[in-house]
Amino acid sequence: MAFAALRCRVLPEAGLDRCEMSDVAAGRVDWRPVAEDSSSMPEINSRISVPPSVRGVDRNLDTSSHAAAIDVRKMNFYYGEHQVLFDISLMVPERSVTALIGPSGCGKSTFLRTLNRMNDLVEGTKCTGECLVEGQNIMDPSVDVVLLRKHVGMVFQKSTPFPKSIFENVAYGPRVAGEKNRSVLADLVESCLRKAALWDEVRDRLQTSAMALSGGQQQRLCIARTLATNPRIILMDEPASALDPASTDRIENLIGELCANYTIVIVTHNMQQASRVSHQTAFFFKGHLVECGPTMKIFTSPSEKQTEDYITGRFG
Amino acid sequence: MPSWATQRIHRRHETFIRWTLFVCAALSVLTTAAIIIVLLSNAVYAPGAKVAFFERVSLREFLTSTHWKPRDGEGGQFGIWPLLSGTFLVAFVASLVSVPAGLGAAIYMSEYAHPREREWLKPVLEILAGIPSVVFGFFALKFITPWVLKPLFHLVGMDVSVFNSLSAGIVVGIMVTPLIASLSEDVIRSVPGSLREAAFALGSTRFDVSARVVVPAALSGILASFLLAFSRAVGETMAVAIAAGGSPLLTVNPLRGSQTMTGFMVHASTGDSAADSISRMSMYAVGITLFVITLGINLLSGWILRRFREVYQ
Repeated sequence: MAFAALRCRVLPEAGLDRCEMSDVAAGRVDWRPVAEDSSSMPEINSRISVPPSVRGVDRNLDTSSHAAAIDVRKMNFYYGEHQVLFDISLMVPERSVTALIGPSGCGKSTFLRTLNRMNDLVEGTKCTGECLVEGQNIMDPSVDVVLLRKHVGMVFQKSTPFPKSIFENVAYGPRVAGEKNRSVLADLVESCLRKAALWDEVRDRLQTSAMALSGGQQQRLCIARTLATNPRIILMDEPASALDPASTDRIENLIGELCANYTIVIVTHNMQQASRVSHQTAFFFKGHLVECGPTMKIFTSPSEKQTEDYITGRFG
Repeated sequence: MPSWATQRIHRRHETFIRWTLFVCAALSVLTTAAIIIVLLSNAVYAPGAKVAFFERVSLREFLTSTHWKPRDGEGGQFGIWPLLSGTFLVAFVASLVSVPAGLGAAIYMSEYAHPREREWLKPVLEILAGIPSVVFGFFALKFITPWVLKPLFHLVGMDVSVFNSLSAGIVVGIMVTPLIASLSEDVIRSVPGSLREAAFALGSTRFDVSARVVVPAALSGILASFLLAFSRAVGETMAVAIAAGGSPLLTVNPLRGSQTMTGFMVHASTGDSAADSISRMSMYAVGITLFVITLGINLLSGWILRRFREVYQ
């Protein structure tokens, strides 16, 4: 049916960065079929509405002008004999959000977990290639993974508060690093909880168990806990996929605030989320990096057919 | 077309299975009840011509006297404290051995060992639990005391008795180590892997993960395993009867001999005094005391397990 293939042209004077059927009806969009080769006008795909970004995220960011926080070169990854990542080369600019999208099993989570060598914990994995984190190749066997993980923090899909008090959860990283001074810890806990937009909700019950918090609060606690190790880079593995819309919204806004000071790489199944929170989007498919570019470009005019099929929901 | 009416033979069959299984379940309950009845009817109130222990010795003397001289006639003294002190001294030494060893083994198996290593380590530990306790008793008497403890304490100028609580405690500790290791390993392994990952991602070493996250998260189960092991150590009989000797002394010196409650019961039941003599009947009073203590410890461990268990989604 024609609707499925409807591609249309945004009328320049409308100034839209999203397009819905109502826009077509109101005449803000020229819905007439566009010839495949006419790429002079910005194209927008009407099957996906690109929502406004969260505050602090410029989706048209020219990433080439940024210094690289992470620079992956020709990475191959194997579980035993089974290869799951093929020749991945990807640059993550400093102080920006990079979203990794792709269908389940495409290797995006595996890729994320190589960036702080969490895959070392899994028996029988092998990784080749280079992964430069702030200039140092972290694949080098001499790299101290404990130090690396303090530098490259991680937030998981399932919120994983330790069965300790809220205070002790946030103070965990600094304590492991050897900080004993109670007042230093208290200041750090407060500042991290503030950064994670959780302070006002928990300031009166820091000594109560973290397990009693709601799912969304637990996830923000995990973000605060990660911030407390003073990382430069934060990896997020579907941080909001188990949360309700309101909590998801808070996490997304938080990402927008954090990217002023931290480099963030986020894996998400939710393409709307990817388009809202990221500067740069990378599309993975069957272990290959199909395409990576400024988020607005990936969502409005991807260069690859596979990317377009995926973001328009034709598969995945 | 098959008949849908219930066939009588099937129904009978089901009923039979149901009752057989019920009897199996009831058996342990009935045994416990029978044991309690036997203990009470000899210790507290005896029907017929027999006179129960507490009808001859007051509960007050039993709980306050500090001498245990189970003689018939003149000069018999029945204060439980020497036996209690012997029992708890041995169990305490056993805990000093088994708690660190058992917990260490559990952490090693769960957090450090390669899965293949764990596959043979756990069965080997369980073999240790299968060695008869008499063997452990002689091991303490013939090896640990003369070849380990005597030379060791000789260096600091201390004398070790042939029968002593220390050797008994050490072997009982070795005996209950597999129990702690096995129970603790189960609870430690049930801590979700996501917690370990989260801890690693915060820049923890493997030891940080074990000591600061995994063990605290499994603490209730670990404490419960300590208590169960302690209760086993309190109830342990043959090894202790052989290694600690038979002198009921009220002492906390582990280098001297002592008699535990279980040790006394072995002694009394194999002695040659008449079946209804007071020295023989005292066995039941000691038995009840032991029963109450171990029951109390087991209930406490169950309570700790329920009260402090962390529930993970």
